[in-house]
Amino acid sequence: MFDILGPITVGPSSSHTAGAIRIGLACRIILGEEVKKARVIFYGSFADTYRGHGTDKAVIGGLLGFNTDNVKVRESLQLAQFRGMEYVIDTAEEPRYHPNTVRIEAQGATRSINLRGISVGGGAMRLVELNGFAIDAACLYDTLIVFHKDTPGTLAGIAQTLSGSGYNIGNLRLSRDKREGDVITIIETDVPVDGETVAALRQVGSVAGVVSIPKF
Amino acid sequence: MNIPSIDYLLDESAKNNQPIWQIVLREEQADSGMSIEQLRERVEHTYSVMRDAATGGISSELKSVSGLTGGDAARYYKYFKNHKNLLGSLSARAMAYALGTSEYNAAMGVIVAAPTAGAAGVLPGVLLAAQEEYGFTDREAVNALITATGIGAVIATRATISGAQGGCQAEVGSGCAMAAAALCDVMGGTARQSAHAAAIALKNSLGLACDPVAGLVEVPCIKRNGMYACMAIAAADLALAGVESFVPPDEVIDAMYQIGCNLPSCIRETAEGGLAITPTGLRAKRRLF
Ligand code: SF4
Repeated sequence: MFDILGPITVGPSSSHTAGAIRIGLACRIILGEEVKKARVIFYGSFADTYRGHGTDKAVIGGLLGFNTDNVKVRESLQLAQFRGMEYVIDTAEEPRYHPNTVRIEAQGATRSINLRGISVGGGAMRLVELNGFAIDAACLYDTLIVFHKDTPGTLAGIAQTLSGSGYNIGNLRLSRDKREGDVITIIETDVPVDGETVAALRQVGSVAGVVSIPKF
Repeated sequence: MNIPSIDYLLDESAKNNQPIWQIVLREEQADSGMSIEQLRERVEHTYSVMRDAATGGISSELKSVSGLTGGDAARYYKYFKNHKNLLGSLSARAMAYALGTSEYNAAMGVIVAAPTAGAAGVLPGVLLAAQEEYGFTDREAVNALITATGIGAVIATRATISGAQGGCQAEVGSGCAMAAAALCDVMGGTARQSAHAAAIALKNSLGLACDPVAGLVEVPCIKRNGMYACMAIAAADLALAGVESFVPPDEVIDAMYQIGCNLPSCIRETAEGGLAITPTGLRAKRRLF
């Protein structure tokens, strides 16, 4: 309902501003720490019109942790400098990508990630690539991103831990990298998963990390 | 929230002897797990954001981020306050608030996408103006917003609310249909009348191109929000008089989708056709980028 009557967002464009804020914010959440350095690359229509739509302010605002209804997005470029976050904005061409695509290379004190997101209209977005893995997360439900190895029992362990704590898995998708045996599993749940369960998931088998993204 | 059809809303409404907004609330409650009270509170908050944006837009001469537009809402509001106007008080107020909201949006103010940011002015413009003219309560306004959301949800399910996919008929056209249904509801219309108000409004938006100058949500978007606010009022008035759409609401929505699929991509948000490539449009673009 609040995707039709909403989102509540700074203007001017649901796709070029609101969706972009959400991709930036998702990136900040997945990184799990303050962004120290970011390279933002716009493609397609994002590349053509990002200045007029404030798409740069939107993504940087998201990376600073602002949601769509936060007026601070307007001053995000100055706030980033103030907070010591370095960023560069680039544009590139890749005809195969969705017209509203942004890639973010974000670096924190201890980690870095590479995320590609697309803004699909009305403020909705999808994360389509994470650290080279093809993924698909729209964040319309409470979402867990689990990084683990392709070892027997890990997925079963994740599912058991969740169901043991009473969570219902609405959707589960995994992307595998055959060579290294790395896996990213995306799980959508009906309600947000509590911190204790997230901590328990981190102890399962070959799990290397768990990120919980609240639904937008 | 997926609502398959307007017919579904009307059937449920008749079966349970409830207005559309109650059916929509019931569906959303089942979908989101939120309580009716929580949902109402959130819509109330949404309405207050709409009010702030509209007032913010008319009270000062805002300039858009690009510098292309701004000041028209304040200009029109001043004229409305000080002169006899042609539209009449309800439509003139709606025009001012819709323009104000859209200018506020272009200046990166906080607005409510309804259903998108580009179309953010129509629904609040109509509802806020009607509330001032007719003095209904915020609770009734919230009901009307929920009715509008039901119509918008059907359009999103059966067709699209994205200008890139369906042209402006999908954005401002949908906003206009939602506003017409909301106004009809709050003025005491039946569920069926609200549905037909939406259908009449959407029919009159069919084929509307999305051809924004320099690709920015400003020209023609801002004035279009004002114009379609007036049209929503006209559609609601017809429906309240008992006039019905010859083509039933769901079929109108399907027609909108079919037209959207047939629109060339140059008039679907790419800024490669229509007003965007007029000499003036191209000059503005060159100046900006
Ligand atoms: S012309 Fe295009 S950008 Fe402007 S309101 Fe309509 S759909 Fe949105």
